[in-house]
Amino acid sequence: MAKLHVTTSVNGEPVEFLCEPYETMLDALRGQLGLTGSKEGCASGDCGACSITLDGRLVCSCLMLAAEAEGHEIRTIEGMAKGDRLHPLQQKFLEHAALQCGICTSGMLVASEALLAKNSNPTEEEVRFWLAGNLCRCTGYDKIVRAVMETAAEMRETHT
Amino acid sequence: MNVVNNKWIGQRTIRPDGVDKVTGRAAFAADTTMPGMIWGKVLRSPHPHARIRSIDTAKAEALPGVKAVVTARDIVDFGIEKGAVMLGIQDMRWMCRNVMARDKALFPGHPVAAVAATTEAIAAEACKLIEVDYEVLPWAIEIDDAIKDGAPILHEFNKFDGKPSNIMGRIESKKGDIAQGFKDAEIVVERSFTTRPVHQGYIEPHACLISVAADGKTTIWSSSQGQFMVRAMTSMLTGIAQSDIRAIPAEIGGGFGGKTIVYLEPLATMLAKKSGRPVKMVMTREEVMRATGPTSGSKSTVKIGAKKDGTIVAAHGSFYLQAGAFPGSPIRGAVGCSFAPYDIPHVLSEGFDVCSNRSKVAAYRAPGAPIGAYAVECVLDELAEALKMDPLALRLKNAAKEGTKAAHGPVFPRIGYIETLQAAQSHPHYAAPLGKLQGRGVASGFWFNAGGESSAQVNITEDGNVVVTTGHPDIGGSRAGIANICAELLGIDYKRVSVIIGDTQTVGFSNLTGGSRVLFASSMVVTQAADKVIATLRERAAKLWEIDPEAVKWENGAAHPVSPNAGQFEPLTLADLAEKAPSQGGPIGASVQLNTQGAEGGFGTHICDVEVDPDLGIVRVIRYTAVQDVGRAVHPSYVEGQLQGGVAQGIGWALNEEYIYNKDGKVDNPGFLDYRMPVCSDLPMLDCALVEVPNPKHPQGVKGVGEVPLVPVMAAVANAVHDALGKRFYSLPMSPPKVSEALDAPAQQAAE
Repeated sequence: MAKLHVTTSVNGEPVEFLCEPYETMLDALRGQLGLTGSKEGCASGDCGACSITLDGRLVCSCLMLAAEAEGHEIRTIEGMAKGDRLHPLQQKFLEHAALQCGICTSGMLVASEALLAKNSNPTEEEVRFWLAGNLCRCTGYDKIVRAVMETAAEMRETHT
Repeated sequence: MNVVNNKWIGQRTIRPDGVDKVTGRAAFAADTTMPGMIWGKVLRSPHPHARIRSIDTAKAEALPGVKAVVTARDIVDFGIEKGAVMLGIQDMRWMCRNVMARDKALFPGHPVAAVAATTEAIAAEACKLIEVDYEVLPWAIEIDDAIKDGAPILHEFNKFDGKPSNIMGRIESKKGDIAQGFKDAEIVVERSFTTRPVHQGYIEPHACLISVAADGKTTIWSSSQGQFMVRAMTSMLTGIAQSDIRAIPAEIGGGFGGKTIVYLEPLATMLAKKSGRPVKMVMTREEVMRATGPTSGSKSTVKIGAKKDGTIVAAHGSFYLQAGAFPGSPIRGAVGCSFAPYDIPHVLSEGFDVCSNRSKVAAYRAPGAPIGAYAVECVLDELAEALKMDPLALRLKNAAKEGTKAAHGPVFPRIGYIETLQAAQSHPHYAAPLGKLQGRGVASGFWFNAGGESSAQVNITEDGNVVVTTGHPDIGGSRAGIANICAELLGIDYKRVSVIIGDTQTVGFSNLTGGSRVLFASSMVVTQAADKVIATLRERAAKLWEIDPEAVKWENGAAHPVSPNAGQFEPLTLADLAEKAPSQGGPIGASVQLNTQGAEGGFGTHICDVEVDPDLGIVRVIRYTAVQDVGRAVHPSYVEGQLQGGVAQGIGWALNEEYIYNKDGKVDNPGFLDYRMPVCSDLPMLDCALVEVPNPKHPQGVKGVGEVPLVPVMAAVANAVHDALGKRFYSLPMSPPKVSEALDAPAQQAAE
């Protein structure tokens, strides 16, 4: 079977790659693009460890075909910090100890950023339901929810 | 002398591995590649129980792209008749058969062969070409089916009560005479309980990347709860000497006990050896669910007798735990921990290890203890209700304390159990009002905690900073705790301390990350190493000042004369002394290797509020407070994290998680959609109350904290459900179908 040629944008950079028709976006990211920050916990869209955004929309990259990236904009955890300047969510996750093993952290952060882009003032319930697609087995979510809410509060202050 | 000002211990510092983990840079087991790397896949038994008559791999080997095939013939055989060969708690006779089935496949998912090929797709295709001739045998999944007369026997050599049996062993803890004790009792409550197997649920599937050179030099990159365990087991199962195996610990994406044994590493090693190429293997989630972990399902009966004033006089527990395909269920945890929080004169606690056609169980957070505590703490709740006593008051009246002899042997030193009960009693949560269909439950729990072998190196860099190397994979933030302690001892900013996990060939032997031992043991060796470093630093300063080392103190990261009498000198900082090191005797550093002693058990008491939706049968936890004696909270955020994580796992165990088997004896829910672990919207904030009764046998007062938090949870939730509904459940999980059924049944029936 012939490979497909895909032209896309990953974290603001133009990217070209070849993929099998059945290959997932997660396979392409972790494989030939060398972006292993997105993790495979289930390959069935249930754990969210592979969360990325496609044109700003939160998706599980394990449920997206690599070929579907053609002409779209992909963002991953690797694009969240600007050089050595962490995104406020990343900083707040560190301060709140909102991570333990770290395997879910990339997906949690990408999902949280997508939430705050839509809703700058989420309630605890909104945070919990938005992140319900991101499994964490270490933290019980408590510190994650606090970190997201506090980041939202600080970002609102900075922007007003 | 070393003057510490307690600046860093107890601080919520940024973890050393934090930035790597929030930026996606941290390298987990599946995140690396090697030049020339190929892919390995496992062929697994589709049958719960089958004799393997033959395996023909010829067609698979002939497929273009296939580089190697291995079967049980390539794995070292530990003969059953030759007796146990133990590595830690694992018997290599079972390990060699678990990683690759020999004469029999004992559960669906049991590996029977493995293939390495140039792509994953070719490896998977090759697995399908392997012809296995199975003689399918009758099977047993549940405990009752495995122990009844005429049950299919998994291990024909085994006898119990003189007959072939799937009961592989029995242990007991005993104190006093329960017959006498129950005679003295004025009230007796006896109940039976069942729990289902639950998986540890780490989000990172097992994975490894292994290279074997022509001379046998082997490099293993994998995530586990012990790179030394990986090295030793791989060595024993492949015949390669430990000195030739460098096991490098990748970041571990969750373990909870489930990564204390190997599955893939011996297979990948043999595939790499045969093919001459580095081999990468990554399990799918389905493979994780079918073939790794979980912890035991169980059936238990607990009987407790008391006087009318609430004094408990006798207790009897019998705990049947599923081991899965091979012996080794965590009966010791169930038997030893269940009654440990209480001072009871007459106790008999018995455990039975039951094999059945399920995947071999692996450790899961305080293995066995939550199963026992669920039964005991639910019976105590009924006892309190019958005695019209507050359940915390009943526990306080009978609480173990310093001097209490536990049924499992030890006489407790100073412990903090009573403090946890008092803290729970006075916590605002305990007095908060409850609404309709809401209820509150409490429960306590105990875990042994472990010490054991640890090694560490503390090296001063040429620019005067510090690198600490320990031998324990960090699953919960132990590097952050070590950084705090080392910064404290050396009197420098924690950011100047870099903490890394060494591989097997660069740091001394360190036992598993398990038993809640890592911060206890590694901070003990790091403290001794730091003390040696400080002694060297004081000697160096003394030499430069030409005074006695005893006249030099270490304070705030610098050597000072102990008093003006010792002389007038400008302080020499760590950086000063590092700079002068080449001319003053060379590099500064120390390594310490110990078999650490003095880990004391841990106790916790939990309060849980639930609300029941009577239409849907859904139980929601609406408030939760975990109180625990944590010894010393070196990094409070990660101590709380342990409590919160354990509670979340317990809530899943109590309310939703279970393996569901189909009529063919196969797991029917091998994925995260149907194996329902708690998600963010299922849980409330999880409050923690840290009680600190320092461990007198540890330099910083550290006690293990990671496992206790799972022990009380299921009972706390069950007792809360009873308080909400007036009905008791004697089996887990209390999932919506079961709750709905109970709510639809007449009240009397549900109480039976």
